[in-house]
Amino acid sequence: MKDLNPVSERFKGAEGLTKNIAAIVIGVSQGGMKALEFLLPALPNDFAQAIVIVQHRSADSGDFLSEHLNLTCNIRVKEAEEKEAIVAGTAYVAPADYHLLVETDGTLALNFDERINYTRPSIDVLFESAADCYGERLLGIVLTGNNSDGALGLKVIGDAGGITLVQEPTDAEVASMPEAAIATAQPNLVLDLAHLRQLLLSL
Amino acid sequence: MDPKQIAEIEVDVLLESIRLRYDYDFRHYARASLKRRVQNMLVKENLQMPYQLIPRILYDQSIFDRFLSEMSVTVTEMFRDPSFFEALQETVFPALKTYPFFKIWHAGCATGEEVYSLAILLKEAGLLDRARIYATDYNNHSLKIAKQGIYRSENFEDNTKAYQRAGGKNQLSDYYTQQYDAIKFKDSLKDNITFAYHNLVKDGVFGEMHLVVCRNVLIYFDKDLQNHALTLFDNSLARRGFLCLGSKETIDYSVLKNSFESQSRSNKIFRKNN
Repeated sequence: MKDLNPVSERFKGAEGLTKNIAAIVIGVSQGGMKALEFLLPALPNDFAQAIVIVQHRSADSGDFLSEHLNLTCNIRVKEAEEKEAIVAGTAYVAPADYHLLVETDGTLALNFDERINYTRPSIDVLFESAADCYGERLLGIVLTGNNSDGALGLKVIGDAGGITLVQEPTDAEVASMPEAAIATAQPNLVLDLAHLRQLLLSL
Repeated sequence: MDPKQIAEIEVDVLLESIRLRYDYDFRHYARASLKRRVQNMLVKENLQMPYQLIPRILYDQSIFDRFLSEMSVTVTEMFRDPSFFEALQETVFPALKTYPFFKIWHAGCATGEEVYSLAILLKEAGLLDRARIYATDYNNHSLKIAKQGIYRSENFEDNTKAYQRAGGKNQLSDYYTQQYDAIKFKDSLKDNITFAYHNLVKDGVFGEMHLVVCRNVLIYFDKDLQNHALTLFDNSLARRGFLCLGSKETIDYSVLKNSFESQSRSNKIFRKNN
């Protein structure tokens, strides 16, 4: 792990940025399991925000991911169910082969529309709908991955007044998804996983 | 007023215009997905805001037809969720076997891939001759494709694999003829299928069914419309009839939760109590 002290110049910009966040959306593709295993277990069980995650994976992969994370995390991690009310201190993972959306009343929705960016679930679909629900109270994060899904969605989050973060490409297992997000969305901050984790803990 | 609230009013007025002009009621569709569809429509029509669609849809039927195509779910595959079709054969087919004649309603069949999947498995179980399958949708264009039973052959390698995982006994190619890059299902599969228009929002019961299949349709509805459709299925089903939903749909929190029992929790097969 990289040295966290002194805190990097870019990380200083986070102070004051992240007040009043109600929900966090995370988009991640190849290399995602490791990244999520680094970020999520650190969060305390009284974590005050809700987390909604799209992890790209194969259509028949079941809900192993959320079951596995739930065992290693203090917060509750579960597969997202349609019409489920989003609750703070819980992380919801999009089921395989369905798009996951946030309704403006703060409930979750699924659909089986065509693949977006060749993938279902699509990060853009989650991010755009979450931006519509939470506006400036949303924090969006794009992590490691091998395509450009999430880049447009992160821009929509930023345009709606939300906070946008991207994993430092050199820190990512696969750099292309963070690179695409940086180019398209001009995020508030680009941080390595260690600093992302520290930022989440400071919310 | 918050601009976001104004944008919601815009969509409300669009939906109300469509309801009054064409008698299609999308007000109880799940909103986030609906707004994506409206957004797609705006891009295709080269428009910026939902209100710009209103005069066009009111005065031009062809634009409404395109809207309807945009709104109706047409993503469907043969033997999608092979484990569901396996469970269907194990759980439901033995009960259907006890009837000399039975009826199946496939609601929201879209372009028909799943109907043919079902017909193939019924045929292999020796049950197709005893079946009458009503395959319905509210999109006439999709129904036309379903009726023809002609599909592009590019996905057929995947379909063949799914057919085998679903417990298919023969070769999928036994059931179709291939020409260039298209396949056409044989008429012997279609003889027992009736394709018909039916809109779950406003149309009623049309017969007593032994099995209702409606997968990945209810996720597009809000709670009220889900309950409306589920009540329609309940009223359509004979005693001890079966209801099959999509893998992420359930009756657990609905009006039907006490009148059906679960036969296969993971495959969403429910059976009506007496």
